[in-house]
Amino acid sequence: MVVMTTRDREISGCGLAGIISRKKVYIPGEVIVRSITHQKERGNGLGAGYAGYGIYPQFPDAYAFHIMYDDELSRKETEEYIKKHFHVIHYEEIPTRRTKRIQDSPLLWRYFLKPIEPPDVLEFNEEDFVMKAVMDINTYINGAYVFSSGKNMGAFKGVGEPDDIGEFYRIEEYQAYLWVAHTRFPTNTPGWWGGAHPFTLLDWAVVHNGEISSYGTNKRYLEMFGYKCTLRTDTEVVAYLIDLMVRRHKLPLRIAAYALASPFWKDIDRMPEREKKLFTAIRMVYGAAMLNGPFAILVSWNGGLMGLNDRIKLRPFVAAVKDDKVYMASEESSIREVCPDPDRVWAPKAGDPVIALFEDFERGEQFREYQV
Amino acid sequence: MQEPFVIDAKGMYYRKLNQIIRDKVKEGYRHFVLHNVNGQRYIGAGIMEEVFIEVHGVAGNDLGVFMKRGTIVVYDDAQDGVGNTMEGTKIVVHGMAGDVCGYGMRGGKLHILKDIGYRTGIHMKTYKDMVPVIIIGGKAGDFFGEYMAGGILILLNLWDDDDRPIVGNFLGTGMHGGTIYIRGNVDPYLFGKEVGIREFTEEDERLLRGYLTDYCNDFKDYGLNVDEIMSEPFIKLVPVSTRPYGKIYAY
Repeated sequence: MVVMTTRDREISGCGLAGIISRKKVYIPGEVIVRSITHQKERGNGLGAGYAGYGIYPQFPDAYAFHIMYDDELSRKETEEYIKKHFHVIHYEEIPTRRTKRIQDSPLLWRYFLKPIEPPDVLEFNEEDFVMKAVMDINTYINGAYVFSSGKNMGAFKGVGEPDDIGEFYRIEEYQAYLWVAHTRFPTNTPGWWGGAHPFTLLDWAVVHNGEISSYGTNKRYLEMFGYKCTLRTDTEVVAYLIDLMVRRHKLPLRIAAYALASPFWKDIDRMPEREKKLFTAIRMVYGAAMLNGPFAILVSWNGGLMGLNDRIKLRPFVAAVKDDKVYMASEESSIREVCPDPDRVWAPKAGDPVIALFEDFERGEQFREYQV
Repeated sequence: MQEPFVIDAKGMYYRKLNQIIRDKVKEGYRHFVLHNVNGQRYIGAGIMEEVFIEVHGVAGNDLGVFMKRGTIVVYDDAQDGVGNTMEGTKIVVHGMAGDVCGYGMRGGKLHILKDIGYRTGIHMKTYKDMVPVIIIGGKAGDFFGEYMAGGILILLNLWDDDDRPIVGNFLGTGMHGGTIYIRGNVDPYLFGKEVGIREFTEEDERLLRGYLTDYCNDFKDYGLNVDEIMSEPFIKLVPVSTRPYGKIYAY
């Protein structure tokens, strides 16, 4: 694949946008394309992407694998692997359209899969099995990268401006009740198709503005748990850290957020005894999961949307509410472009997660796990 | 008086918008009304003339950057970097403003009705008789007055509509010039190492009254009253050293 370095383009910063309908009313893809394209200025054409939830109602229980291939050889090899481990409910090329500015795209395919022999032991369940398949393909098959693997959701990404990538993947033809989007300005890592955001694993998707200087520490920590970072971009670790802490270690999402953006020791020292114990424990146990460096991130999954800033607010982040919809973006204008008259707009406190859950999720059994 | 030049900025790229304003300033226009602004950057950048720009909609990053004269009024929110390196303009924002507002500002005024983000007034400075002033009606985030070298920051907390403290952590970190006035009490824990409280004198009272009269005048429609604002006690913060890092590189 073609890999461009930032030296080829001018300097700016990434942009992100997310919209969730808490009542699960479908939002047309056109809306998120317009919102992220409004802050096109924050990217430089070296990466853009989208993730939508609720886009595959025809296969809601199958793992939707989106895979990019360098060539037919890597496709053949990957499909052999897939057939050995999964029932293929349906597969097809991801519908794209020819556009003027998107050239050199890899081969893009999607597969709706169910494990042939789903394991059901506590230490290695079905989702662990799917995670291992993603890691295996990304690591061992040359030129094949899984860029989406969740149920009833999908990521679409590549090298280009957000409007071009939206047009290329025909995002306007999808309906989702949760969208996230990104426009990229790669700083320390190459601009290539696999390096565009979102970064995903199972139904987790992460978009990020900033740079994670703790990447090395985080990566080595994740390797102990079977995660392999193959995409040459720092943001990849965030998706895996969230998966590790929330899905596998069953931490409430909010606590996981405080592990990523941990309060300063001087602030922990002043907390009441109970919180002091809690936050000390988070820092002790999950020290290697802490993200160093500037970041604003959006984390989405089948339960909802979370926005989080680094603790000293080194990247912009704005949130807004209108009826059952919650908006999060790098710039207020990006929200106002698609929601001119919000009920409330605010700049969230750095280091404190903003969490918007689906109403049915909030009423469900899993809810406990996402609350402190 | 000349008719204002009206621009519908809907969907307009910021370069085009700013180019129109600059061209029209050359033609002699001084009053501009911009409708449907939404995030266009650098509005008013580098304008040296006595202009009056009215912005309807959300003003984008670096509003009024490098400006020397005139006034900008935003009837909505403004994003990051309002008044970046500004020399002398007054900017009035009828809403909230984002991070790093007043960065390196060395003259002029920012009047913000609601909250302001992080790092307000970073590296702000005075130059000869120029004194930059930022007045915020709401609350402020962390690093308020960071590395401030001169000028005046006034934080009012008039609305108090959430449970956040008036000002964030690391207040005045690295500050080595200028003055910060805060209406209400601040936990000294939030102070940076380089600031200390000084007595609020009659001279301060006189100075503050002057600035706040101007501020209230800009926000007449919101029922702001100088006497009412001044009836609450203020704290005054100044740097404890003019060269806080003077010894860092000295052996």
